[in-house]
Amino acid sequence: MNDEYILQLQHIRKEYPGVVALKDVSLEVKKGEILALIGENGAGKSTLIKTCSGAVIPTSGKIIINGKEFTSMTPQLAAENGIAIIYQEFNNVKGLSAAENLFLGNPIRKGILVDKKAMEEEAEKAFAQLNIKINPKTLVGNLTVGYQQMVEIAKAIMQDAKVLIMDEPSAPLTNAEVESMFKVCELLKSKGVSIIYISHRLDEIYRLSDRIVVLRDGEYVKTLITKDSVVDELIHLMVGRDLKESYPPRKPCIKEEIVLDLQNVTGNGDKEINLQIKKGEVLGLGGLVGAGRTELAQMIFGAVRKTSGKIVFKGKEIDPKTPREAIDFGIALVPEDRKRHGALLGVSIKNNINMPIYKKISRFSVIDSKQELETAQKYKEELLIKTPSLNQLVKNLSGGNQQKVILGKWLAANSELIIFDEPTRGIDVGAKFEIYKLINNLVEQGKTILLISSEMEELMGMSDRILVLAEGRITGELRKEEFKQDSIMRMASAVEEVKKNEK
Amino acid sequence: MKNNVVLNQLKSKAIWVVFVILFIGFAIANPRFLSSSNLFTIARQVSMYGIASIGMTFVILIAGIDLSAGSVITIVNIVCAYLMVNSGFSMPAAIICSLIMAVGIGILNGFMVSTIGIPAIIATFATQIVFEGAAYLLSGGTPIYGFDTRFKIIGQGYVGPIPVPVIIMICCFAVGAFILNKTYFGRYFYAVGGNEEASKLSGIRVGYIKYLIYALSGLFAGLAGIVMLSRTNSAQPTAGKGYEFDVITCVVLGGVSVSGGYGKISNVIAGVMIIGVLTNGMVLLNVSTYMQMVVKGLVLVLAVGFDCFQQKRATT
Repeated sequence: MNDEYILQLQHIRKEYPGVVALKDVSLEVKKGEILALIGENGAGKSTLIKTCSGAVIPTSGKIIINGKEFTSMTPQLAAENGIAIIYQEFNNVKGLSAAENLFLGNPIRKGILVDKKAMEEEAEKAFAQLNIKINPKTLVGNLTVGYQQMVEIAKAIMQDAKVLIMDEPSAPLTNAEVESMFKVCELLKSKGVSIIYISHRLDEIYRLSDRIVVLRDGEYVKTLITKDSVVDELIHLMVGRDLKESYPPRKPCIKEEIVLDLQNVTGNGDKEINLQIKKGEVLGLGGLVGAGRTELAQMIFGAVRKTSGKIVFKGKEIDPKTPREAIDFGIALVPEDRKRHGALLGVSIKNNINMPIYKKISRFSVIDSKQELETAQKYKEELLIKTPSLNQLVKNLSGGNQQKVILGKWLAANSELIIFDEPTRGIDVGAKFEIYKLINNLVEQGKTILLISSEMEELMGMSDRILVLAEGRITGELRKEEFKQDSIMRMASAVEEVKKNEK
Repeated sequence: MKNNVVLNQLKSKAIWVVFVILFIGFAIANPRFLSSSNLFTIARQVSMYGIASIGMTFVILIAGIDLSAGSVITIVNIVCAYLMVNSGFSMPAAIICSLIMAVGIGILNGFMVSTIGIPAIIATFATQIVFEGAAYLLSGGTPIYGFDTRFKIIGQGYVGPIPVPVIIMICCFAVGAFILNKTYFGRYFYAVGGNEEASKLSGIRVGYIKYLIYALSGLFAGLAGIVMLSRTNSAQPTAGKGYEFDVITCVVLGGVSVSGGYGKISNVIAGVMIIGVLTNGMVLLNVSTYMQMVVKGLVLVLAVGFDCFQQKRATT
């Protein structure tokens, strides 16, 4: 038994039906160190930390806290043993004061009454300990996000947390707020609290951490001592998988005509986006979750309005205010969240496919039911939607077939630019390949595709060209012959800043 | 799969089974129930529920609610009577004007729900109170009467053996079913009720659809109001009070899901008949008014409870 380690995870394995999320991952956290946990989207970071909090029960493996062995945790056990997690979504009550939030669910009482004064005094002390200036009486809803996070940290410390796990803590913060969060982290470290710090931002990891654990595809890759490592090595460890999947070939079909031309498009979290897509091209948009890719798609599709810049579609400037307008121009979006935004689950296949064109196939508001059926039948056959009947509700279909119904809807609407946002998420391998073939068919028919994908292999396998976004800006462009996982990852994590510091 | 289909078939017909059982039950309990005069009374009574229930079906289909239906009935009563008696409007002009007003109230609801974003239950509750008050103000709290004798035809006339209001109701049901099943608006209603966000992203202008639906709800409630005015031949400032409750019960009993997206006019007809038979049967059995309220309240809870329970089971 090594009492140098406050927390040890040994051979953690987590299986979901059909998927292995974690394969034999082990890591140790020393007392008073900041351990960075990094990996691509879907590398298993979140699942791993959730095993520490009890939100995920591992299939096998051991969790050792301070020498005590557990096979699985519960949220209560985790708290009792000094494990606290600061999630991206805070667990606070906006209408209560900072002090009351610190004692949420466990207030200081005087008889049956709540002793507000005592709680405020205690809160004052807790904040002072962390060197943060928050008036305990302030309502949490009136605090900035940065201070709300401080309240969360103070709460964890007050509950005597020995290990603080922070999941992307800097994501919602401004630069100044990140600085004060770092100071708090360093202060905690000096007091012997250990921190597991999860972040996509490599510059932060280099500034803050003592050691780095790299995960890839649910597997443990390597542990690095931060000060002895270089960023190129780190990136290679994160993405350095062998490319093994094959992608269906397609004929060259890129035409000269520019279909979409974005000029300095700003809004919805994105800044000055410039890009052009040619007819018949598949343009890949790479980047990490939260880089602003979905947000860009929403602006092009009229779901959210841009604040400035120009969208030129087929040589004409457009400003779609609603999805309806974008659809009428010939733009379509296959959204990321198929079940919530894509398909109408409680509605039949036939109705889903015809939804954007009902007005067009109606005379005096009455639907031409023959045409309705023909359209649905046509795309069912063209896209090979597997169903006994077109009246089947979409919720009864598999993920791949649901995706095909959504695609059928846009083909029926005669869309020319189709934006795919994570088109194969949650779809099994066979159906994935079918979707890829459909994308090829589309460009061969002269459609144009904007493909957003967090799966590096898919992005490289399907795109003619890749643009990478980070924090709402385009950070790089790669032509087919330049595709490399390392390059994409480097652009996606905005590595240039780290590089500067290395020199 | 096969089992499911049979089960769904049964479920969708269950409401008619309930109706038949209730019908036979009352027939046995009181022989007068089956007399042809009583059956026609029932038919005439349910006609107003039936007409108003179509608009309410649309509203509940998109997971909304229209608590102003009763007040719309009242204000249409008062305004139509006022125009005919005090302002010298011809009968058709008065009817058309008061229906336009009913649609206007619906549009106002649509504005509050869709454009401002007030929860439907609060927005339509406010309109209910406002127009209930307006009806009192306009009538001075006293009934208005003394209409053209032709006006009686709408609520009291017969075509052959069939009462005119029943014919109006059947026409309204036909129109309602036509809108839901044959026009693209009907498809949009189901889509918006099922998933507003996905509907928007499929190119449906959800905002307009909500306006349309609340306007239609106003229109059908207004029609019910005209029929009622003609039946009673005098406009009361309390005419439609509490009517929305019975109408909502009819619709929910007819299997329209309160969480939106599911429902059929044919089953709403059954819901309307059940409420009609229940009300009439209880009167024949000398059940007190207050006891009737208790029973109807329980029926509403049972109907909504059944729907919510099924939803819950489906999601877990």
